Amino acid sequence: MEKLFQDALALSAAVRGGEVSVTEVVEACLSRIEKSEPALHGFITVDAEGALSQAKEMQKKISSGEMRGPLAGVPIAVKDNISTWGLRTTCASRMLADYVPVYDATAVAKLRDAGMIVIGKTNLDEFAMGSTTETSFFGVMKNPWDLSRVPGGSSGGSCASVAAGEVPLALGTDTGGSIRQPSAFCGVVGLKPTYGTVSRSGLIAYASSMDHIGTIAGSVRECAALLDVIAGKDEKDSTAAERCKQSKQGNAYTDHTDNTTFLSSTSQTDLQGMKIGVPQQYLSTDVNPQVKDAVLAAAGALTYAGAEVEMFDLPMTDEAIAAYYVIACAEASANLARFDGVKYGHRAASYQDLHEMVRRSRSEGFGAEVKQRILLGTYVLRAGFYEDYYLKAQLAKEQIAKAFAEAFERYDVILTPTAPTTAPKLGESLADPLAMYLGDVDTVAVNLAGLPAISVPCGLDSQGLPIGLQIIGNHFREDQILRVASAYEAIRGEFMSPCDTAEERPS
Amino acid sequence: MKIYETVIGLEVHVELATKSKIFCRCSTAFGAKPNTQICPVCAGLPGALPVLNRQVVEDALAVGLAMHCEISEVSRFDRKNYFYPDNPQNYQISQLYAPLCRNGFVEIETTAGRKRIGIHEIHMEDDAGKHLHDPASGLTLVDYNRSGVPLIEIVTEPDFANADEVVAFLEQLRLMVRYLGVSDGKMQEGSMRADVNLSVREAGCEVLGTRTEMKNMNSFAAIRRAVTAEAARQIAILEQGDVVVQESRRWDEDTGTSYSMRSKEDAQDYRYFPEPDLPPIVVSEEWKARVRAALPEFREEKRARYLKEYEIPAYDIEILTGSKKLADLFEEASALCGQPKKVSNWLMGETMHLLSERGLDADDLTFSANHLADLIGLIDRGEIGQTVAKQIFLRIFKEDVDPVAVVRAEGLATVRDADKLNEVVETILHSNPKSVQDYLKGKTKAIGYLVGQAMREMKGQADPNVIREMLKERLEEERE
Repeated sequence: MEKLFQDALALSAAVRGGEVSVTEVVEACLSRIEKSEPALHGFITVDAEGALSQAKEMQKKISSGEMRGPLAGVPIAVKDNISTWGLRTTCASRMLADYVPVYDATAVAKLRDAGMIVIGKTNLDEFAMGSTTETSFFGVMKNPWDLSRVPGGSSGGSCASVAAGEVPLALGTDTGGSIRQPSAFCGVVGLKPTYGTVSRSGLIAYASSMDHIGTIAGSVRECAALLDVIAGKDEKDSTAAERCKQSKQGNAYTDHTDNTTFLSSTSQTDLQGMKIGVPQQYLSTDVNPQVKDAVLAAAGALTYAGAEVEMFDLPMTDEAIAAYYVIACAEASANLARFDGVKYGHRAASYQDLHEMVRRSRSEGFGAEVKQRILLGTYVLRAGFYEDYYLKAQLAKEQIAKAFAEAFERYDVILTPTAPTTAPKLGESLADPLAMYLGDVDTVAVNLAGLPAISVPCGLDSQGLPIGLQIIGNHFREDQILRVASAYEAIRGEFMSPCDTAEERPS
Repeated sequence: MKIYETVIGLEVHVELATKSKIFCRCSTAFGAKPNTQICPVCAGLPGALPVLNRQVVEDALAVGLAMHCEISEVSRFDRKNYFYPDNPQNYQISQLYAPLCRNGFVEIETTAGRKRIGIHEIHMEDDAGKHLHDPASGLTLVDYNRSGVPLIEIVTEPDFANADEVVAFLEQLRLMVRYLGVSDGKMQEGSMRADVNLSVREAGCEVLGTRTEMKNMNSFAAIRRAVTAEAARQIAILEQGDVVVQESRRWDEDTGTSYSMRSKEDAQDYRYFPEPDLPPIVVSEEWKARVRAALPEFREEKRARYLKEYEIPAYDIEILTGSKKLADLFEEASALCGQPKKVSNWLMGETMHLLSERGLDADDLTFSANHLADLIGLIDRGEIGQTVAKQIFLRIFKEDVDPVAVVRAEGLATVRDADKLNEVVETILHSNPKSVQDYLKGKTKAIGYLVGQAMREMKGQADPNVIREMLKERLEEERE
């Protein structure tokens, strides 16, 4: 059974071929989860009952031939800030500890339509605000490669559960690097598509203009196949519809049409004629030398596949973090205002009047990091300061997007480390939040510009911790980053999995 | 006492009459059971996103164009942040930085003459839900049915000098939105709500005085009283050598006074910023042209045309053009029967009478113009008399019946058969000897009573002139 988990596409083929039943697959998943969860804590909710009943239903549809997609019958974990109908969705917050959505996020509805089984909801930083998954109300989780280290965040649960072999696939969300950075720390592949590729309907918002739903898997192919399932316009999200339309009108490229799948982009591993840029700002002295070496080695490897690689200067890199935190916190301060104890979520047990009810409910319901970002966002938006902070940040955002646009006139994709370091020890990051914010340096600019990017494992450091390679593409050029990523994967060969050694490792 | 002048600007909210809400597909119908017209979007559930209803933009555009505004080619929504439970997201989606319409004007007319009122801007936004205070449990409950109902806010320049002008503007605005069909404009039901910004200054002074904002007026009469009272209150303060405090005040119609709601110091900081969930609204020249072409003929133009086209009194024109519904009925029925004066008489007389009896206004009329035209045709051809016509009109008014069909089916046509009429005349003379004697003694007016009796006997289905002649003839015979 466990071998099948190596590849979700092969697993689905086996299910569709009648070699194994959906129920058997789900049971295998559940038993794996049962075994590793006590040490890992990647899940907030495991829906064993729901998954088994979905499995039965899906088996019927697969057997009758009604359901024949490339991922039909595959179990998947969903980050717990993506709404699942009837299954509690907590955002890892006390505020939503008992909140049960009455509708499915569009991405989740698409998973179900594709015959996939939602097995549970994964751990994250509270409201996706963090880079370590340590701010979860439901408890700290661990990195399966080294249980004394963080899995990264905020999609730490999704990435770690894939790395640990609990599930073959997972959905994550990425506002400033929250899919790519934990993917790097956990040694899995994480893809954040172009803003607008996947509907945000049902994703509980942190920073609306930069929130993305994306895919996490053991390989580039699986990530691409999963993106095929969840991508598409949505009448419930006007930013999804609008961006896709723009791309069709404004896209100078002709080889990415509606008929080609993301999966098909991964079969082309020849990079002849492809130009790859490596911005030197991303390999500065702040970057761990082992990370730098691994990324440069990967860049070198790509030349073997025919790509032309060169270093270049990408301006505005330093401004990205400040701009990101101003915009993200400003939007968060409004997005999280709806959690007031009136309609759903945590309500304080005692209060004198309405104002005290709202104040106490929010004080009790939100953790420190969330409060900090709400305060920051409220601060930058207050009267008389809007121009100094929010507008300046918007200006920086535009300039960052422009710098990328200029780079993409010369290069097809851009190569950087996913994070300047490998996974830190538990507790290290929260002790120095500013350093933690600075750790997002490699990823946030991509969100500000709304570009697609993927993180692929590119080696281990001397402590045996995975290093991530980030490949950034132009708007709606997921095909390009998938092509480069799978070419790299082919050169690199199979990447080690932590579960291969998990049994021997002392915890 | 010095001479003061009053400076007034208005912020008017108009609830649009779209079928569905501004950011979701829920119904906007009024009066449903609490929280039966809500969805994840308008109830503010986590993860739900707003999607703009195109009709709202279309309606707002129509108002903007009717008010001679510049239309922004690109306009945006912004979030206005404040905590209040009737607002499920705790922010309102409104337009601050780039509203849809700007720099327009409206011409108003008062007894003092015509005046142009500047329109600063018109923007779109969503309405909030409603709090219900349950006296039994002591709880406050929230009904989100109204949450997400579309509003436009019309902000005028401070161009008004008195209550007459304010009311003239609001009456004209109400008429305009009704002509456009974008709102019923009813103040009593809250579909039009006006906040009054008012300050006073010494006549001739260039600088504006400190203003207050007055809320909670539910009728034109209340607005008139509030404007007058607030101007007087501010003048009294200045006369005492004090200063006016910038604040929001709530009008109490029962006492005819206002009280302070909150001062400038407590004013909320709404922390506006661009709404990231909605792309900018782009209004193409083509779209604008299409909305402009579809604008109706407004009252001004109608008045001028009626004066030329129809031979009816100016007073009738005033009333008929006071409602789009009435004007449409008039034009259509006149075209059908070619008798504008008679159509106007029915609308001005019987129709108005029935409306006021029922406490309705002209926009509530439901009958079809062709039925009124047919009724007039029946009378013209002598097929029915006034009495029968009035009876049938009542049914047209109530149920929009087809008068021709009714006359045929119920045999209501005027009787011309001489034998039948003779028979009735004989019966009447026989059963009213007193009146007959009176007539014969020279009280010729007594014949009126006899005609009435005969018409009654005929259930109105006779020509009273014919009856009169027949009676006269018989009575003269009697005399001889």
